[in-house]
Amino acid sequence: MDFLRPLTWDEALAYKAGRPEATPIQGGTDVMVEINLDKGRPAALLDLNPISELTGWSAEGRTVRVGAGVTYSRLIGELGSLLPGLAQAARTVGSPQIRNRGTVAGNLGAASPAGDSHPPLLASGAVVEAESARGRRMIPIGEFYTGVKRNALAPDELIRAVHVPAATGPQYFSKIGTRNAMVIAVCSFAIALHPGERRIGTGIGSAAPTPRRAVAAEEFLAGELDWDGRSALDPGVARRFGELVAEAASPIDDVRGRADYRLHSLSVMARRALGWAWKDYAGRGSA
Amino acid sequence: MTSGDLSRRRFFAQAAVASVGMTVPMSVEPGAPEADGLVEVAFTVNGKGERLRVDPRITLLDALRERLELTGTKKGCDRGQCGACTVHVDGRRVLSCLTLVATMDGKRLTTIEGLAKGDRLHPVQQAFIDCDGFQCGFCTPGQIMSAVAVLREGHAKSDEEIREAMSGNICRCGAYPNIVEAVKQARS
Amino acid sequence: MTSIQTEPRSGSRSGVGASVPRPDGTLKVTGEFAYSSDLWLDGMLWGATLRSPHPSAWIRSIDIGPALAMPGVFAVLTHEDVPGEKFYGLEHRDQPVLAVDQVRYQGEPVALVAADHPETARRAAAAIIVAYEPREAVVDPRRAAFDPSCPPVHPHGNLVRHQPVRVGDRFQAEVVVTGEYEVGMQDQAFLGPESGLAVPAEDGGVDLFIATQWLHVDQDQVAPCLGLPKEKVRLSLAGVGGAFGAREDLSMQIHASMLALRTGRPVKIVYGREESFFGHVHRHPAWMRYEHGATADGRLVYVRAEILLDGGAYCSTSRAVVGNAASLGVGPYEVDNVRIDAYGVYTNNPPCGAMRGFGAVQACYAYESQMDRLAEACGLSPVEIRIRNAVSQGSRLATGQVVDSPAPLAGMLRELAAMPLPGSTVTRRSITEPSSAKPSSAEPVPDLRSLPGGVSQTTHGEGVRRGVGYGVGIKNICFSEGFDDYSTARVRVELLGGEPHVLVHTAAAEVGQGLITVKAQIARTELGIDKVTVAPADTSVGSAGSSSASRQSYVTGGAVKAACEAVRERLDSLRAGDPELGLVELLERFGPVEETREYRHRPTFPMDPVTGQGDSHTQLALCVHRAVVDVDVELGLVKVVELAAVQDVGRILNPVALEGQIHGGTAQGLGLALMEEIQVRDGRVLNPSFTDYLIPTILDMPPMRLSILENPDPHAPYGLRGAGEPPTLSSTPAVAAAVRAATGLELPRVPIRPEDIALAAPS
Repeated sequence: MDFLRPLTWDEALAYKAGRPEATPIQGGTDVMVEINLDKGRPAALLDLNPISELTGWSAEGRTVRVGAGVTYSRLIGELGSLLPGLAQAARTVGSPQIRNRGTVAGNLGAASPAGDSHPPLLASGAVVEAESARGRRMIPIGEFYTGVKRNALAPDELIRAVHVPAATGPQYFSKIGTRNAMVIAVCSFAIALHPGERRIGTGIGSAAPTPRRAVAAEEFLAGELDWDGRSALDPGVARRFGELVAEAASPIDDVRGRADYRLHSLSVMARRALGWAWKDYAGRGSA
Repeated sequence: MTSGDLSRRRFFAQAAVASVGMTVPMSVEPGAPEADGLVEVAFTVNGKGERLRVDPRITLLDALRERLELTGTKKGCDRGQCGACTVHVDGRRVLSCLTLVATMDGKRLTTIEGLAKGDRLHPVQQAFIDCDGFQCGFCTPGQIMSAVAVLREGHAKSDEEIREAMSGNICRCGAYPNIVEAVKQARS
Repeated sequence: MTSIQTEPRSGSRSGVGASVPRPDGTLKVTGEFAYSSDLWLDGMLWGATLRSPHPSAWIRSIDIGPALAMPGVFAVLTHEDVPGEKFYGLEHRDQPVLAVDQVRYQGEPVALVAADHPETARRAAAAIIVAYEPREAVVDPRRAAFDPSCPPVHPHGNLVRHQPVRVGDRFQAEVVVTGEYEVGMQDQAFLGPESGLAVPAEDGGVDLFIATQWLHVDQDQVAPCLGLPKEKVRLSLAGVGGAFGAREDLSMQIHASMLALRTGRPVKIVYGREESFFGHVHRHPAWMRYEHGATADGRLVYVRAEILLDGGAYCSTSRAVVGNAASLGVGPYEVDNVRIDAYGVYTNNPPCGAMRGFGAVQACYAYESQMDRLAEACGLSPVEIRIRNAVSQGSRLATGQVVDSPAPLAGMLRELAAMPLPGSTVTRRSITEPSSAKPSSAEPVPDLRSLPGGVSQTTHGEGVRRGVGYGVGIKNICFSEGFDDYSTARVRVELLGGEPHVLVHTAAAEVGQGLITVKAQIARTELGIDKVTVAPADTSVGSAGSSSASRQSYVTGGAVKAACEAVRERLDSLRAGDPELGLVELLERFGPVEETREYRHRPTFPMDPVTGQGDSHTQLALCVHRAVVDVDVELGLVKVVELAAVQDVGRILNPVALEGQIHGGTAQGLGLALMEEIQVRDGRVLNPSFTDYLIPTILDMPPMRLSILENPDPHAPYGLRGAGEPPTLSSTPAVAAAVRAATGLELPRVPIRPEDIALAAPS
C-alpha cells in the first residue's frame, strides 16, 4: 500500500488525479476501523493532515466555511453559536478522543447513514465544496448522499470544505443511543428554523439507506407555524410533524434497534425538537 | 524470586532465565509482511526523538507497543470504542488505535510512560493510587492519559463534567466512582 | 507474574482492616505492569487460530497446504497434531482442542498457525481450506431440553444437568403470582483480551505465561493434551486484564503450547476483541417460569420454578451453574414448599460458563421480579414483602441447609429503605453546560447529562418519570456441592539486610480484585512484620483454587493465615529455650523459617439428585440494592440516578478495595439490566465488538451510596464473607424494578431494550 503525503492542497489534488483509488485520510477515525479489522485494504492512503489550510474555518457572509480538517472538538468549542445544530451533533460523536481527530469532512467521505453530522447539515442546507485537478464543484448536501456509504464525489475529487449557513433561528439535534455516551446512533434527527425564509430544515440519520430530509414534514410545518405572531405551538401540529418525519424514513431492523422503534423514536424526537426550537423562537419574539 | 516488580523487562529477565536460560534482547522488530512501500516517519515520544520506517498501515498503537517497546498503551478493542490506547499528540488526547503512525511525522507524543518525572509520579497517577481508581488496571493508562488532558482542557469543574469528559474510557471493573474521585483529587 | 515489594509500614496501619494501597498500583499507573499481551521474547512467533464460521457442521477435509506455503509460516496444526488427549474441559472433558470432524459452535477453533508476524499468521489461517458440510444447528434450548426428536449436540444427549429441588407438598395459597422471565447472554468483556506466551523448555516441556483465574486447573487440562506429565507444564501468571469468570476455561493455553513445542520457538497468541467474543464462555442466557404462592398478608407458602439455562456447545461449568440456580432459586426467603427444576442444556449456541454471580444472577432476576409482583398483589411495599419473608440466622434454605451464620436481611432492607433518596434531576438547572454547545435558547435547559439520553439530547424533561426499585441477592461463596476446595500458601520469614522480611507465595490469581494486597495485609497482621513481599503466582507452589466464587480472600486468605500461624509456632518453638530472644537474633541463629499450609473451608455436600436436599454451600452472602432511575417513557431511555447498597461482608479486610468490588459488581449488574447482551441468531453472534456490545460508561454509572456491615461468620478466617459477586446479583433486579416502577410495565426480560418500553402497550 502506498502512503501519499501531499504538503499542499494542489499537490493533494494532483495525487488524487493520478491515484483516484487512494483513500483520503484526515482524522482517520472512520478509515482506521476498516484497516484495523483488515476489512478495507486501500491501495493507497492520501494523508491530508499536513495541509494546514484545511484546518481553518471562516465566516463568509452568512455562511461558515468549515475546512475539511476542522475537528469536532473545535466545532464544539468555536462554532457553537454560529452552527448550534452541528455543534450539538459534534458533542455526541464517539468519544472526546475521537472528537479531537474526527472531522465533518470525514463523516461526509464515509457517508455512513449513521454519521452524526449529516442531519444538521441537511437541516441547515449545507453545501459541500469538492475539488479535483479538473476544478471546483459545489454540491448541495441534499444531492451528496447517493447510497449506503456512497456519495456524489467523483473518484478524483476531494472534500475541501463544507459551507454551512450560519443559524438564523433555533437549531436542535437529537440522537437515540442505548447508552449515555460513546454510542452509534440508533437514529437521529435535526431541525433548523429559518425564520427569514419562513422555512424549516430537517435531517434524519440512521433510518434510511442515506441520511435524508423529511421534505413533506418541512413543507407542512412551514405553512402551519405562526411565524409573525409567535404564538404557542399547536400540539396537534407538532404531533403531525413528528408523524411526517417518521413517514420520510425507511429504516431496517438491525443489531442496534428495530425499524418500528426507529420510526416511533423519530416521531418523538421530531415533535420534541420542534417544541424546543419553537419555544426559543417564540421566547425571543419580544426582544 | 524474592523481590522484583512487574515491569515487562524484569518479567523477561526472570521468565527467560527461569525457563530456558536464554538472554533476552528487547529490540526485536517484526518484519512487516509487505516490506515494500515503507514510510519514514520521525517524531518525539516522551521527549525522545524516534525515527521509524513503517508499513503505512501500522497504527500508532502497534508502533508504540511493538516497535518502540512502549507497552503501557493498551489495545482493548481495535476500533476506538474503549479508550485504553489513549495517548497525547501535540498535547491533545487521541486514540492511538485509530491513528496511523505514518501521519505522526513531526509530532510530539506523550504516552503513559512519559508522565512521571523519575520516581515522582504525576499528580493524576498518584490520585489514581490514592483513590483506588482502578482494579485490573488494563484501562488505567488510557484513563490517566484522558484525565491529564481533561484537567488541561479545564473540563473537570463538576462531577457531571468529569463524567462527560471521561466517557471515552471504558472501565470494565467498574471503578468509575473512584475514577471521578481521582480526577477531583488531581484537580485540587 | 506478581512479585511485589511492599512499602514498609507499621503493622497496625497496613494490616487487616486498613485501606492499604495496591502494591502493584505504581506499576499499573505508570504503564510498567506486564499484562499477558505485553510479553515478548526474542525470536518468538505469533500464533493465530482459524475458527469455524458455522454453528454446526461436519468437517469433510482440511487443506493446510496453502497456509504452509506462505513465507514466514512455521507451523500449521490441526487436531491430528494434538500430541495427547484431544479433549479438555473443567467439569467434563467434552471440548476438542481443535475440532475433530465436526464443529459445534460458531468460532470453534479448527486449526492453528505460527508465523513470524501476527498478520502473516492471520492471513495464513485464512488461507487454510476447510470443507464444511453445514447441518441443522440446535439453537432452541427448550427444544434441546424437552424434545426427544431434537438432534443431539453430543452423543450422550443434550441434557447437561437437571437438578430438582423438592420440599413440602402444599402448593396452594390465597395469593398466587406467576411470571415468565428471560435473561440475555451477557459477556464478561474483560478489557485485556486472551493472550499468553508459551516457551519451549530444554526438558521437552513448556513454560506458559498466561492470564488466567486458576493456574493449576489450566495445568491439569493442558498437560494431558500435550501428552506431557504435569511437572513439565509450568505455568506462571502474567498480568491479568480483568477476568469475571471468562478466564476460568482455557482459551489459547494448549494452542500456544502446541505451536511452541512444534516449532521449538516461543509462541505468543493475542486475541483481538472480535476473536475474544468467540474465545471465552459467556453468562448462560436463561428462561424461567415462576409461581409464588403466599398468604394474604404476604408470607410465602410455596415457590414453583423451572429454570432453563443454555450452556451452548460444550459443558464448561454448566453443571455447577445449574446447581447454583437450583439451590438459590427461591432467594434468601423462608418458604416451606418448593418445587424447582433447573436444567442446563447443550445447543449449538456459543458455549456458556462462569461469569460473576454464576447461576445465581439469572435466578435472582426472576425471583426478585416475582417478589415485586407478590408485593403488589398483597398490597405491600417491595421492602415490606421482603422483610416478611427474609431469612435470618437459623433459617432453613430450600435445600434444607440451615443458615448458620449471621444473615440480617431484614435489618439490611430497613437500613437501605431509610437511606435518603436523591433529589429530582429534571428540575435542576445547569450551571456547567459548556457555553459553546448551549443551544441558542434564552431559557436554561436542564443539564442534559442528568437526563435519560444524556448529551444526545432526546429530552429536556419530557416523558421523564422516576422509579425506585429494590433487589436482594444471595450468593454462595467458595465452591459448593462437595468440591474439594482448598488453597495453598508458602510463607517464609528471613533476614534481608538485617531486617525481618516475609515472602508470601501462592498460586492464586490476582485479577484486579486486590488479592495480593490482602495477602500482604494478612501476613503483616499475623506476623507483626512490616516488610512483606508477595511472590509471583506460579505452579511451583500448590494449587490456590480459582479466583472465582468470591473465594480467594476466604480460602487463599485462610491459607496465608494458616501458614503464618505455622511460621509463628515454629518461631515460638525455636525460641522456647530462650524466651528473651528477639526475632532478628532468632533468624540469625536458625536461619529462614518457611512453612506451607493448605487451607480448606468446611466440607460441602452434593445436592440430592431427586430432592435437591443437602448442605451444598459453605458460606452465603447477602447484598441488597436500591435503584433510582429516570426513564423517558416515550423513548425507552433510562438514566440510573443512584444506586444504594447494603452488604454484609462479615469482616472488612480492606475498605477501599471492598468498595471497589461493590462498585464493580453493581456496574456489571446495571449493564445486564439495561444494555449488555450478546445477540445470537441461528447460532451466530451478531455483535462481537465494543461498537455493538455495549458496556456501561462512566456516564451510565451513577453515584453510589454504600453501607457495609460486619457480622462475622464464625467459620471463616477473620469472620470474612466473600464480597465480589453478591452486588452483581442484586443490582440487576433493582434497576429493572425501578424501571418498572417508572413505566408501569412488566418488563420480564433483561437487558431492557428501549423498544421494550417505548413500544409496549401500557399495562
